[in-house]
Amino acid sequence: MSTPHHDASHHEEEENYLTHETTIQSWLLTKDHKRIALLYLLSITVFFTIGGFFASLIRIELLTPAGDFLTSELYNQAFTSHGVMMIFFFLIPAVPAVLGNFVLPLMVGAKDLAFPRINLASWYIFMAGASCAVLAVLSGGLDTGWTMYPPYSSTYSQSRVTLAVLGVFIAGFASILTGVNFIATVHRMRAPGLTWFRLPLFVWANYATSLVMVLGTPVIAITMVLLGLEHVFGFGFFDPAKGGDPVLFQHLFWFYSHPAVYIMILPAMGVISEIISTFSRQKLFGYSFVAMSSLAIAILGFLVWGHHMFTTSQSPYTGILFSALTFLVAIPSAIKAFNWTATLYKGSVVWETPMLFAFGFMGLFLIGGLTGLFLATMGMDIHLQDTYFVVAHFHYVMVGGGVMGYMGGIHFWWPKITGKMYSQFWSKLSALFIFAGFNFTFFPQFILGYMGMPRRYHSYPDEWQVLNVMSTMGASILAIGYILPGIYLAHSIFFGKKAPRNPWGATGLEWQTSSPPPPHNFHETPIVTTEAYDYQSLPLSETPEKEGGHV
Amino acid sequence: MSSVATSLQHHFADFKQQKETAVLGMWSFLIQEVMFFGGLFLTYVVYRSQYPGAFALASAQLNVNLGGANTIVLICSSLTMAMAVHAASKGNRAGMAGWLLLTIMFGSIFLGVKVFEYKEKWDHGLIPGIQDFGLKFDHEGVPRPTGFALYFALYFAMTGLHAVHMIIGIPLLLNLAINGLRGKYGPHYYTPVEMTGLYWHFVDIVWIFLFPLLYLIGAHVGAH
Amino acid sequence: MGKSFPPLFPPQASTVAVEVDSLYALLVAITAFFTILVVGVYIYLGFKYARKSEAERPIQVHPPAWLEIAWSVVPLLICVVLFVWGVTLYFKIYTPPKDAITIHVVGKRWMWKIQHMSGAREINELHVPLGVPVRLLITSEDVIHAFSVPAFRIKRDAIPGTMTTTWFNATKTGEFHLFCAEYCGTNHSGMIGKVVVMEKDAYQRWLSGPNAGQPPAVEGARLFEELNCVSCHRNGPTQRGPALGGLYGKTVELKGGGTAVADDSYIRESIVNPTAKIVNGFEPLMPVYLGQLSEEQVNALLAYVRDTLGKEAASKTVAPPATVTDAPGSSTQGTVAKSDSASKGR
Repeated sequence: MSTPHHDASHHEEEENYLTHETTIQSWLLTKDHKRIALLYLLSITVFFTIGGFFASLIRIELLTPAGDFLTSELYNQAFTSHGVMMIFFFLIPAVPAVLGNFVLPLMVGAKDLAFPRINLASWYIFMAGASCAVLAVLSGGLDTGWTMYPPYSSTYSQSRVTLAVLGVFIAGFASILTGVNFIATVHRMRAPGLTWFRLPLFVWANYATSLVMVLGTPVIAITMVLLGLEHVFGFGFFDPAKGGDPVLFQHLFWFYSHPAVYIMILPAMGVISEIISTFSRQKLFGYSFVAMSSLAIAILGFLVWGHHMFTTSQSPYTGILFSALTFLVAIPSAIKAFNWTATLYKGSVVWETPMLFAFGFMGLFLIGGLTGLFLATMGMDIHLQDTYFVVAHFHYVMVGGGVMGYMGGIHFWWPKITGKMYSQFWSKLSALFIFAGFNFTFFPQFILGYMGMPRRYHSYPDEWQVLNVMSTMGASILAIGYILPGIYLAHSIFFGKKAPRNPWGATGLEWQTSSPPPPHNFHETPIVTTEAYDYQSLPLSETPEKEGGHV
Repeated sequence: MSSVATSLQHHFADFKQQKETAVLGMWSFLIQEVMFFGGLFLTYVVYRSQYPGAFALASAQLNVNLGGANTIVLICSSLTMAMAVHAASKGNRAGMAGWLLLTIMFGSIFLGVKVFEYKEKWDHGLIPGIQDFGLKFDHEGVPRPTGFALYFALYFAMTGLHAVHMIIGIPLLLNLAINGLRGKYGPHYYTPVEMTGLYWHFVDIVWIFLFPLLYLIGAHVGAH
Repeated sequence: MGKSFPPLFPPQASTVAVEVDSLYALLVAITAFFTILVVGVYIYLGFKYARKSEAERPIQVHPPAWLEIAWSVVPLLICVVLFVWGVTLYFKIYTPPKDAITIHVVGKRWMWKIQHMSGAREINELHVPLGVPVRLLITSEDVIHAFSVPAFRIKRDAIPGTMTTTWFNATKTGEFHLFCAEYCGTNHSGMIGKVVVMEKDAYQRWLSGPNAGQPPAVEGARLFEELNCVSCHRNGPTQRGPALGGLYGKTVELKGGGTAVADDSYIRESIVNPTAKIVNGFEPLMPVYLGQLSEEQVNALLAYVRDTLGKEAASKTVAPPATVTDAPGSSTQGTVAKSDSASKGR
């Protein structure tokens, strides 16, 4: 245990995790959580682009009521590929595997995650799974919808079900291993003095997420095994002709896939907690309530899956229970939203780019969460189930919430990750475009849904064209909003101003090491003596230098 | 013992922290294994309660003697695994390697018997999806009840995934034995042996549940 | 309005539509209120406490416990109201009234096959009388579909191997959209049609029009003979299964304890998978018809057991409704249980 001392102050300025080794091999075989985070960042950006490409095909097709741009086979493949890519290969890994991987060890004052080799292995597993899925999409496509309901997916679909099922199965283990890694790290690797209730809320959120990953993901894995056996050999688990029950698949599928929504949103909520606190220089209002609400969401999230099945043959009495539990999940989410808002009270607020994304998150997630109440209300859900209302609702939660949180986090920690500042003007413009474009795209879909437009429709009655055209126009604004960061962030790597150690005046341990951090994060293991978000003891020199913060 | 000194990874403060972390990680992993098999057990519970008669009838097709013998073999392998961990903790290299090899032997016997049982099912045409005749009609041509085929689908899925876990376990054990002989583990550091032991015991415990659920429900109903 | 801007609501064409829309209005109000409240407060605080100098170190605010409790309890109370209303409405939408007429719906890629009890058949169209409760018995021949009529605010999955139920009482004549709402493959968006609500007498005329056919109960009676169901399910020396006269709607005692109501799902299950529930005093001897009969054949047998055999005992006390030739679906439920012993004589 002598290493941190002898190389302490010597190469503080020169060497960081990006420059100390530069070969391709040093990246592909790295065990450094920061480099693995970047590997994830690069890969999920590719999958996001693929998913986005399919999204644009969908929106172009829906410009006109007739199915004239794509054939129905292609359209079905487009929305399936969009869902599979975005959910399994972008949203689920986005915040935990990129931001969590990078920041969590820094935040707890550790030199790395608990199991660095497993961390690298999980990236390879993820890529193997993703390769299967991409191959499935390229070699004839998948047309089952991302939900893959049998008996369509098992018996009737002629598309690449086996390959896709394999991809989801494999990628699941990447998620499980990341979860195991985070749990062990948070429990055992915290710096001296960093007690549980001194942890930043991002750590709490990722911890709660890890519980969901470890407890939920294996269930989708086994479900994929059963579906695969059914599709390839005809085992009959979900085939009514053989005595199986197709609704059982839905139970198993949603037992994971509903909690999976919390895998996407919980860590994003953690990001928002960090951003709002930092940019209003206030300890997060109701810290322990917010921390506990993450755990409450993670636990309750496992008990609500049946609300996806109100219109199936599921017993109505079971439905009552699921409806009640679903309403209960609304409470911890409400607690978070109120506490975030109250954090600004008597604070010192600046509207930097991450704060704009956090604001966007608040607006969109509120609508997403509140429209969830419509669907939890059983009598209402009958009419809304499987319509565009559901599509709009989960995009508000998963994109409005999850992706906004992810974008906010990327902009928040970008100076730490790359050591460079990005353009304030362009990034604020991008936040604006995403917020406006998003609402423009998905708000009309609530109305379409209430009108009764079913989801996954290739063509639709003429009277819904106006709203669909609005949605497509919004999507093009949204696309610009997503392309912009790709440009100015890449630009900042080469031409951006050098980022100071702590550009935002934040309190997390990650801001106490250099930007970018040295290979082993800290030259000396930090010792924590105060609670999280203690802005009182933030030295004056830690505040952003005016010239460093703006371009 | 320079090899022992280097087995402390750079990001841990001491051996104690490293070991505690590994144990926690392994238990988390085993919890996910419980959920993995849990999905299968749930499917089993659903269909057995739906088709109790068919499941009992189908279960009677299994060879209880072979299954019982295999259960004993697997329990023995758990004992030898525990002995291997004990030997490792005492720094007894040869003992550890010996117990591990015994564990591998028991594991291989189990898998061998399993192959024989699968072969028997193949001969009787009881492989769902691939050969359906034995699942639809018995040898006298009497139709099988609904749920009979589902039982065999579950039988192969459950025992198959259990066997996959053993097939993954055996090379891990072999690797431990080789590393152990090379002196990689000692009383200060034998975490990999302990962790693999946990895994092996878990796989055994799964079988302890599988055996009665798959093999014994037929005997029970037959007694009535 | 007209063509320039689309309407915000689908037509209100059933008795439940008004209530669903009221609940919707409440939910929209709640959503708007909280969104505007939180976003408004956020913007207000964000500008009121805007940073004035980089050296600013605001005093830490310690939240009072009552506030945390308040903003947990208030949403909880709102949720309780929504929950109770939602559950009540759900049971209303999915519990058909006793006097509803029955129509069989079978989903098949990519069409809706519909059969009226008079024998009229149609595809991708559903003709129904105005102001008469209509009960739909829904199933599927292949994959999962969902029968959705937005104007009625109803939707129910069509699940192969299972029978589901929904109902409506149309309040407007005209044509309304019918969709398949559960993704079912290539031509999912082509699995659409229309519901035509007609005045009662127009509906009667339509029933006997070109779509007329053999009533399913008659076809069911033929199948009952042809499949030799009759030999076991009749009182006498060859009886090996329960007699079916007046069975419909009765509560039966099951082997191994428990009871079941002999409703449509029960009868359907007893045909395709007879070993699932064995009536007390009988042996599981009946062959499995799973995969042996088409859904239409199962429906025909069901119609025969429900409408012909089921009424045998009941017909002495309940006169069939005169206006609609469709057999009253579950109209016998209340009375059969008392008077079923008479059917033993057949």
